[in-house]
Amino acid sequence: MDTIVGVAMAGGFMAILGGALAWLLSFANKRLYVYEDPRIGEVEEMLPKSNCGACGTAGCRNFAEQVVAGQILPAKCTVNSPDMNAYIAGFLGVAMGEVEKQVARLACAGGSHVAKMRASYKGLNTCRAAATVSGGGKACAWGCLGLADCEVSCEFDAIVMDQYGLPVVDADKCTACGDCVEVCPKDLFSLQPVSHKLWVACKSRADGDISEAQCAVACTACGKCVMDAAPGLIRLDNNLAVVDYALNPLASPVAIERCPTGAIVWLEGKQPLSGREAKKIIRKAALPVDANVV
Amino acid sequence: MSLFPFFKNNTFARGVHPDANKSTAGSPIRRMPFASRMILPLVQHIGKPAVPLVRAGEEVVRGQPIAKADGFLSVPIHAPADGVIDSIELKPSARGPWVESIVLRVYEGSTQEVGWSHPRDIDAMEPQEILQAIQDSGMVGLGGAAFPSHAKLAVPEGTKIHTLVVNGCECEPYLTCDHRLMLEYPEDLMTGIRLAMKSVGAKRAIIGVEDNKMDAVAAIQAAIEKLGPADGGITVQAVPTKYPQGAEKMLVKSLLGVEVPAGGLPMHIGVVVNNVGTLALLGSLLPEGKGMTERVVTVTGPGIRKPGDYWVPLGTPMRTVLKWAGAQDASEQEIILGGPMMGQAVASLDVPVTKGVSGILVFDKLRVESDRKIWPCIKCGECVKVCPMGLNPSMLGMLAGRREYEEMGAHYHLGDCFECGCCTYVCPSHIPLVQQFRVAKGILRGKAT
Repeated sequence: MDTIVGVAMAGGFMAILGGALAWLLSFANKRLYVYEDPRIGEVEEMLPKSNCGACGTAGCRNFAEQVVAGQILPAKCTVNSPDMNAYIAGFLGVAMGEVEKQVARLACAGGSHVAKMRASYKGLNTCRAAATVSGGGKACAWGCLGLADCEVSCEFDAIVMDQYGLPVVDADKCTACGDCVEVCPKDLFSLQPVSHKLWVACKSRADGDISEAQCAVACTACGKCVMDAAPGLIRLDNNLAVVDYALNPLASPVAIERCPTGAIVWLEGKQPLSGREAKKIIRKAALPVDANVV
Repeated sequence: MSLFPFFKNNTFARGVHPDANKSTAGSPIRRMPFASRMILPLVQHIGKPAVPLVRAGEEVVRGQPIAKADGFLSVPIHAPADGVIDSIELKPSARGPWVESIVLRVYEGSTQEVGWSHPRDIDAMEPQEILQAIQDSGMVGLGGAAFPSHAKLAVPEGTKIHTLVVNGCECEPYLTCDHRLMLEYPEDLMTGIRLAMKSVGAKRAIIGVEDNKMDAVAAIQAAIEKLGPADGGITVQAVPTKYPQGAEKMLVKSLLGVEVPAGGLPMHIGVVVNNVGTLALLGSLLPEGKGMTERVVTVTGPGIRKPGDYWVPLGTPMRTVLKWAGAQDASEQEIILGGPMMGQAVASLDVPVTKGVSGILVFDKLRVESDRKIWPCIKCGECVKVCPMGLNPSMLGMLAGRREYEEMGAHYHLGDCFECGCCTYVCPSHIPLVQQFRVAKGILRGKAT
């Protein structure tokens, strides 16, 4: 008898407890319900979900919320294919928007075959670590260290180091997320609209003679590009040619033709074009380390 | 008084015992001649760059201010020799980036005579005047950090300083510049200590010297006795030889038995720490009203034929120093500014000697060619056993490898690491831990701004 009463009491208690908790859950489900636009989830499904941040939002979910709320246009997502963005625009019945594709560009062309080394660096094999030791072994204090921090940071495999230890950006794969811009200790990367075709691939602020002695493709601030280009397009700032992209429609390949080192290039097609008078680089092997470089 | 004096702990916990290699301690400080061109970066200290007072083509005399301080956390720069200003342009720095520097072409036959000074009665000076005079002299901490001395001695309102700790440990291997200064200029050191005590309002001063320099202890003791009743509570105390005994917080623990709180300064517990070299030079400059134009640098290492301590004029290019001290061919050496534990390797021979350079070490082919392959962490815990700050370098290193920098700062006290290098020194896997921490600190600083 005692056993039956005991089992019944236990069973009854569990049933009451279960019922009470079930009621609590159903109450919470009804009263604490938050309405969420179901389209947010659907738009998120159409996004690449790489959470790269190139659009300027916190991630793909945040982007989807803002697109549905009408705060941002679908074309802002540069990782997605244009077709997919058009589909999102059609799905939501909003304009797709117009965003010019941006790519990451490196302001250095000093590979191991043209840029001299003044010391050899041993230690942690990353650019950021090398930069803490007297700025790395490169003669040019502004130049690319070539230890591939950008290649490692790129989630889209858009950056590959070439045989001279310089990162090459695949413009098709680059989504302009800005990871390489952030990681480079020499601040050589910047995000540029693809229409910016006139490009100074050098950042050396050293005196012209010194920078040429350090690197065969350095900008020597000779001023020929300034004279040849449309007035105001290029100016010399602390021993470096600087392009004013506000006047970008005036840019043409004329500016690069007389550049003696090929530091200023025209980016069209696969290979950057250097001018007619740029000296030819024949050397393929890396330059030896020389402690007496100026 | 403790019941068990045997167990009295008169040093800090953990630390390492690297080979001293202080072969230059026995010979007196020599003077290095002027280089033909001196390079004077506008930032030789921690803080804002100095503002040039001269233009290209201007003639200057030795000791004349050529750049003035820009605000409180900044110091002026004085011409190290008679000459003419060549230019003010970008020049390589030890840290890597090129920095704005004054280039001075030294006149041939320029003498050691300092042509710019205004002697004064230091005993009659008020604490505020002393601080101003220290800033005008361009003095910075000579131990290596190059923090402006007047800023270190400026006590904020409401803080009471009871003790001035004078750091004569020189725990870094190879370096002997402070040792020689203590032996050769004990009177200047006493003057400097009394000035510093007066400016911070401290009643006593303790000079801490590692017990491998008992001759320096004796020399200072003699100088204190010579002062007689006017000594003002200056004492000298030997501390065990152990690296990093010369770190501010470690020395405070060894001498006073109290720990500086994490993230705090010795000032917060009523102590100000200054290096002996700084105070000795201060003691010789201030009564004359002169500016800092030279400093003692230990030039040594296996790659140097004439090792020793030298008075080197500030701005002397490394190339000139190495040539004078008899260095071998530059292509096969490793050059370190400062001590071997905390110093900076330099990549350029055109880098000048600045106010913070305490030593120039040249290692030869043997070390350059030794290939220290970096192996994975085996979690042996050696680094934890030696970290004087009680951190976990192994864990920090693994987090750095995974690029979890925020975690390092938030939960593993990266900010308390002062980069003494003990962990890297003992690591059997040759992991460059301190380098990883420097990178992490740089990234965290970048995120904070």
